[in-house]
Amino acid sequence: MAKLFLTKGVLNMQATTTHYVGPRVKIRRRKLVQTLLRVIVTALISGFAILMIIPFLWMISTSFKINAEVFQYPIKWIPEVWHFENYKEVWMGSNPFYTYYWNSIKITGITVAGSLLSSSMAGFAFAKLNFKGRDTLFLLYLSTMMIPGQVLLVPRFILFDKLHLLNTHFAIILPGIFTVLGTFMMRQFFSSLPGELLEAARVDGAGYWRMFWQISLPLTKPALVTLLILTFTWHWNEYENPLIFLRDRELYTIPLGLTNYVEEYGTNYVLLLAASVSALLPMLLVVLLGQRWIVEGIANTGIKG
Amino acid sequence: MKRMHQAKFKENLAGYLFLLPNLTGYLIFVLLPILFSLYLVFLEWDYMRGFSGIKWVGLDNFRAIAGDPKVVKSLWNNMLFSVLTVPTSMVLGLLLAVVLNQFVYFKNALRTLIFLPYISSLVAVSVIWSIMYNSKSGPINAVLRSFGIRNPPEWLASPDSAMYAIIIMSVWATLGYAMVIYLAGLQGIPKDLYEAAEIDGASPIRKLLQITIPMLTPTSLFLAITLLIGSFQVFGPVAVMTQGGPVDSTMVLSYYIYLLAFRYYKMGYAAALSWFLFALIFIVTIIQWQSQKRWQSYF
Repeated sequence: MAKLFLTKGVLNMQATTTHYVGPRVKIRRRKLVQTLLRVIVTALISGFAILMIIPFLWMISTSFKINAEVFQYPIKWIPEVWHFENYKEVWMGSNPFYTYYWNSIKITGITVAGSLLSSSMAGFAFAKLNFKGRDTLFLLYLSTMMIPGQVLLVPRFILFDKLHLLNTHFAIILPGIFTVLGTFMMRQFFSSLPGELLEAARVDGAGYWRMFWQISLPLTKPALVTLLILTFTWHWNEYENPLIFLRDRELYTIPLGLTNYVEEYGTNYVLLLAASVSALLPMLLVVLLGQRWIVEGIANTGIKG
Repeated sequence: MKRMHQAKFKENLAGYLFLLPNLTGYLIFVLLPILFSLYLVFLEWDYMRGFSGIKWVGLDNFRAIAGDPKVVKSLWNNMLFSVLTVPTSMVLGLLLAVVLNQFVYFKNALRTLIFLPYISSLVAVSVIWSIMYNSKSGPINAVLRSFGIRNPPEWLASPDSAMYAIIIMSVWATLGYAMVIYLAGLQGIPKDLYEAAEIDGASPIRKLLQITIPMLTPTSLFLAITLLIGSFQVFGPVAVMTQGGPVDSTMVLSYYIYLLAFRYYKMGYAAALSWFLFALIFIVTIIQWQSQKRWQSYF
């Protein structure tokens, strides 16, 4: 990369030190050089980007092969015969993937909706309402924010065992709804709204629920979208909690279902890869289609968080 | 006067009502477990024997941590993992962000492709990589052999290389995140700084070293802290690819805690080790926070 920068500098210098060409030609030549450079760098970065997604391409291509072809080299990127049996086994066999999909959709859907509502309500209270003990409570929230999930696993396991919540989806959904980080983020977003806004609403006789639901919440839409994307990817990909709290296969989420395939079909690689495609592809498509929202949403938390 | 009291009362009430759902959940699922866990660290609790398996042991769990060779091994592996993944992802992410930000066509498409691994399920990604890492005939070693490397690493099959195999995959998975955060950080650097430098005839490298990187210090700090905290908690790749093996060569703290609690049911010891992990994260964050103050006064 350093080399590229240097060549750019050298070429620029040439363009400015050649005296016999007129200014317009000079500018045109400089533009040409810049375009050429851009093309070269684009090609290089494209090569890198393809290298980054090669594991995915290999996964998709190999999932349509048979086990004898998995390690063929040189790699045949387009299978000679397309084998759909692997997918048939994954989706309609003895451990059908649609069960895992349904569980993941259910758990993620309820958790994300619940945590957005509870976080934004609490965030609104912390940011915009003056009540007794507010700062103490917020400090309490803050002080527990740095405690890693591992600390919570053991006591939660015992707690859920006593409450008879082990091996139910509640054990994943309930703790997911009440996130300290989500509350903290929503509080920061609500704090950035001007106070006069709510004063005006109060003068107009709006109740607290209206101030929250009809006035403040619509204004935090970008923040909500960011939090939505974040919590969705967290819970959709979550592995450790379901692994610990769920026992029965009918309750498994997609990541758990996939590891179950690994345990059961060990070296049946094509089947594992078809299962991996089934686990990944919808998410990959969502990201490719909604890339602007998703990538920028995550970048936003990077700055504000 | 009375009306003001009434308004105050109403606002208090509204505050508590808005907070109620979240606070209830917080108390039951966060605060109570934390306090309970602080009590657990003093117990030896064989969970399979129920409440009769409880014995008060004082600080014995922490003494046991100090003398546990698996803890030492895990600590070493955690260090290795963090020291290699975090800076590598950050440097690669920064370079990609700088180049993508200025010198490239199809910026958004390329950015998304590089970002894809980060958003993918680590479990699925670990399954794919563990097949690709197959030491005898996997595609990675096939490529290495075709480049003339006669004895490529055995990757996950050998204790010498298993940790590095996990590290390489983790860099692949996180560098897109670092790039996206840096790209966002780059948007916040005022353009006139570069214009002024251009008038002074500064070279692109000098601009990178003396404007871009210093101006990105807050972004770098944010990334360093979040990536480091995340890297200390690495679990998925180890659980899926190696289960801590071969011969503990990929044992890390979070996976060891999982084994202790949910395979061996030693609840007290597992709780103590989880607080040990917290202490590590806490110390590292404080150190980074302090050093940030020094950097900022430096630039």
